[in-house]
Amino acid sequence: MSSPQIEIQLIAAIVAMACAIPGVFLVLRKMALISDAISHSILPGIVIGFFVTQDLNSPLLILLAALTGVITVVMVEFIQKTGLVKEDTAIGLVFPVLFSIGVILIAKNANDVHLDVDAVLLGELAFAPFDRLLVGGADWGPKSLWVMGSILFITISLLILFYKELKVTTFDAGLSSVLGISPMVMHYGLMSVSSVTVVGAFDAVGAILVVALMIAPAATAYLLTEDLKKMIWLSVSFGMFSAISGYWVANFLDASISGSIATTLGVIFLATYLFAPKKGLISVLYRQKQQRIEVSLITFLLHLNRHEEKSERHINHLQEHINWQAVRARTVLDLAVKNNLVEIEDDIVYLTEKGLAFTEKSLEYIISNKDEKIEPMKEDFFLFRG
Amino acid sequence: MNIQEYFELVWTDYTLRTITLGTAVLGAICGMLGSFAVLRKQSLLGDAISHAALPGIALAFLITGAKDSGTLLLGALVSGVIGTFWIRGITSQTHLKSDTALGLILSIFFGFGMLLLTFIQKQPNANQGGLDKYLFGQAATLMESDLRLMIIVTGISLFVMVLFWKEFKILLFDADYTKTLGFNTKFIDVLITFLIVLAIVLGLQTVGVVLMSAILLAPAAAARQWTNNLGTMVLLAAVFGALSGVFGTAISASQNNLSTGPVIVLVAGVFVLLSFIFSHKRGLLFREIRFRKNRTDLKLMKTLQFMYGIAQEHQNISHPHAIRILNNFQGFTKGSLKKLENEGWIAIEGQQWAMTPKGYKQAEEMYNQKTT
Repeated sequence: MSSPQIEIQLIAAIVAMACAIPGVFLVLRKMALISDAISHSILPGIVIGFFVTQDLNSPLLILLAALTGVITVVMVEFIQKTGLVKEDTAIGLVFPVLFSIGVILIAKNANDVHLDVDAVLLGELAFAPFDRLLVGGADWGPKSLWVMGSILFITISLLILFYKELKVTTFDAGLSSVLGISPMVMHYGLMSVSSVTVVGAFDAVGAILVVALMIAPAATAYLLTEDLKKMIWLSVSFGMFSAISGYWVANFLDASISGSIATTLGVIFLATYLFAPKKGLISVLYRQKQQRIEVSLITFLLHLNRHEEKSERHINHLQEHINWQAVRARTVLDLAVKNNLVEIEDDIVYLTEKGLAFTEKSLEYIISNKDEKIEPMKEDFFLFRG
Repeated sequence: MNIQEYFELVWTDYTLRTITLGTAVLGAICGMLGSFAVLRKQSLLGDAISHAALPGIALAFLITGAKDSGTLLLGALVSGVIGTFWIRGITSQTHLKSDTALGLILSIFFGFGMLLLTFIQKQPNANQGGLDKYLFGQAATLMESDLRLMIIVTGISLFVMVLFWKEFKILLFDADYTKTLGFNTKFIDVLITFLIVLAIVLGLQTVGVVLMSAILLAPAAAARQWTNNLGTMVLLAAVFGALSGVFGTAISASQNNLSTGPVIVLVAGVFVLLSFIFSHKRGLLFREIRFRKNRTDLKLMKTLQFMYGIAQEHQNISHPHAIRILNNFQGFTKGSLKKLENEGWIAIEGQQWAMTPKGYKQAEEMYNQKTT
């Protein structure tokens, strides 16, 4: 590995970490799309900042652009408050307009501004090591490494300082007000940190990838855990992992680094979405099927309990009376036999003692409207699940 | 070229006519279908779909090697539809919320699209130029064949919309009721979403991936302010969209260095702003005027009530009193007295006022809500 390669990976990893932390809170607060809005609407701020400073990495430009981000949030909230349009429409109206103003500002001043809309939107990590920070003639490494490093440092310090406050305001705004923690202050604090992070990162990775780095790791982590601390750790690690492996994919394909980092994030999310142990698609579908069968089983047992006459309890009767298809009837019956809830004599189904106890208990819960107690009760009675 | 010249040239110049017609048709169809997106609270779905279409364009090119917009847009359509259904899958099968799903699909698909685009650019058979116009759109590249495609798609969507108008409308406002009536809500839902995806894909070439959502939303959001009737709203949104297209093209053609997409978005943004302020029912300006009027009306009634309190203590309700005694009461001004007199509730003579029977009755019944 050459030294620019190491530097690129370092920058990518730091950007990923700096994005993942505010991203967790944005996802939990259902404000993920604000990051999309901010990442587009900082463009006019960047252009105006560039007029003033002529340097994409100057702190003044970052502050100016971050201010545009916060202004976006304020504008969106103002439009929402008027009640003229819904919340999502407000977001969808504000950021394209600000972005358009940015594009037109660049186009009109193309001669003075060495700034490309493509560059802002897509970024080019490969060029990041060329912009060096020179102090007194000595080379201190790439500028964006320093910029993102300080942003990451600030983000982590704020996270540690205000962890408790962030947690309370995120999950229970009412409680936090009672405790004397202003949800408003935390909200705008988070918005400011997100804006600064987006602005700092756009130069290296582009505005769209910033959105990917903020949302995707947090969303993936959210599928795996419901513990805030674990979620932060997981998203930071997902972010770093995709940043570094994305770099090597890009290296191999000779394609855009930011694009391939986003793709890696997508692949990780897809895998988690499908295979996550509790929240994944496959386990959700499996659980749904299991529950469908178990509900049928309870219906079936209640039916047996209700009817004394043999004709109602004949094995062939199931299909006619409860109107089940053959396969489903067989599954339910098998399950009941396996769990020792029923026994079959001469094709007549009888409830066993255990089956009777189970049925009476569930009936009691259903009558007294305590359906939720049936689920833990199944644990006691069932050896095999649907 | 200034704007006046533009409007003279538009009738004769082939390129200008094609572009203007193209953006107008695009604005109209987006406004029409955008109304549904806005009312279904799917405003940002447009943003996600337009970004999700990018890898489709790149893949279509990689597979077929063709560069005509028909093939590429078909790829965009497929990947847009995949993105849409993935978003639905995420929101319905996991506990992730719709905003997370939208942002996720948007950024990941876009990133994948960029990966493919940069990969294509490095390929030796350098026939790849022009793919990046889908990022920001270039209205100038519209050709008559593109225009024809747009008109056909618009015609089809219009036809479907008219055919399913009743179903769309009822699903929009009461999905549960629709289901109980026996409509196949899933099918209608998918149909509307598909039409929205179609409109977005159609606009990619002209305004590009990034700004497409605004063309979808802005005309509809503006139209929403003027009416509570769905039909009128759709029609108005189509008109606003078409006007944004025409004016946007006119302005960008009359200046150097102005790409059409952003200008159309800004024109549509101006429509929204004007509608927000000046709409006579919901607009901010008239709302403020109504607030003020209500406030003065309330003050007037307060003054009348105070006078009623004084008049009650006298046998003759029309016994005159000095205006002076009202001075310690907040609601008193010369104007308000004049107004009360105009209503015929009091009579003023010099420095004295007297309540009329009509005013007495008005004040007496104020809390019974018998008067209006």
